Amino acid sequence: MPDRKRKLKIVLLHIVLLPTVLFVFYFFTLAPKPWTGVDEAVVEKIAKEHGREARKPLIDPGEGDLLLFLFLSAGAVGGFAAGYFWRKLVSEKKG
Amino acid sequence: MQRLLLTILLLGIASPAHAMHISEGILPFDWAAFWFVVALPFVAIGIRRLNDLSKDDLSMKPLVGLMAAVVFVISCMPIPVPTAGTCSHPCGTGIAAILVGPFVSVLITSVALLIQALFLAHGGISTLGADTVSMGVAGSFAGWLVFRGLRGMGAALGVAGFLAGLLADWATYLVTSVELASGIRGEAPFLPLFWKIVVAFIPTQLPLGILEGAMTAGMVTLLYRKRPDLLVKMRVIKPQEAAIHA
Repeated sequence: MPDRKRKLKIVLLHIVLLPTVLFVFYFFTLAPKPWTGVDEAVVEKIAKEHGREARKPLIDPGEGDLLLFLFLSAGAVGGFAAGYFWRKLVSEKKG
Repeated sequence: MQRLLLTILLLGIASPAHAMHISEGILPFDWAAFWFVVALPFVAIGIRRLNDLSKDDLSMKPLVGLMAAVVFVISCMPIPVPTAGTCSHPCGTGIAAILVGPFVSVLITSVALLIQALFLAHGGISTLGADTVSMGVAGSFAGWLVFRGLRGMGAALGVAGFLAGLLADWATYLVTSVELASGIRGEAPFLPLFWKIVVAFIPTQLPLGILEGAMTAGMVTLLYRKRPDLLVKMRVIKPQEAAIHA
């Protein structure tokens, strides 16, 4: 019975959560905002006003989707590492 | 199933970050070098502290590994802030400092920043010292001091965690403002430029700090439920509190 209750709770949570996430994402795409990072909007803008400009990075990912690929890979590696160490931490308690 | 979901979520959130690390070339050479000198002793003590921790207790390694992954992923995760129409990222240094200590947290942050600067064009090599001081030193020590101070005054774990995360985030941006204002001002007076940068950061960082506070409180509470013994070892909670939980 408690297992059934738990499953029901998870289903209810998803019924509420998924449309909320979709709505929030849809709302963000509607908003007429640039969504630039604070590095561009604040740091680089104010630095430019004072005669300092950002240089190209040492390893330049250039144009296109290379940077997207690198971030995706970094996210995957970081995510797997976090999951691995979390599992190690939690399973050590049981062992 | 949960691990698969977590992985998918992390893959989904990973995208080119436009955030607060100071980019390559923004700071003049002398200021960039100065921040390296400031950061260096903290990183050196962090390495020594990590070695000591590993010798004392092998179970610290997964905790440090987890925190390193968390700081790395969180600090290159752009979060849109509707109040400002911009994106920025939390730092993760508050939670890292609470769990592994501020010096190890500085070390973790410097490694995360180095990888980001080298391979993700996020921050710069010349500005690595400045970014380490703002995110690593200021964030870690602010979070750690607030957490310890509040716990000393008898605050609940969640409340202390929330405020530690919040103030770690805000301290990072305050110090970034100091670094930027002192580096780019030229002949202009420091204070007006400093306040201009702080005010420009507020619409984005005010809500993001609250989010970082909630994340920090959540993680501390979760670890308290799963591994209270680790929190006792790291002097986050007293043995009596762990006994109550058990």
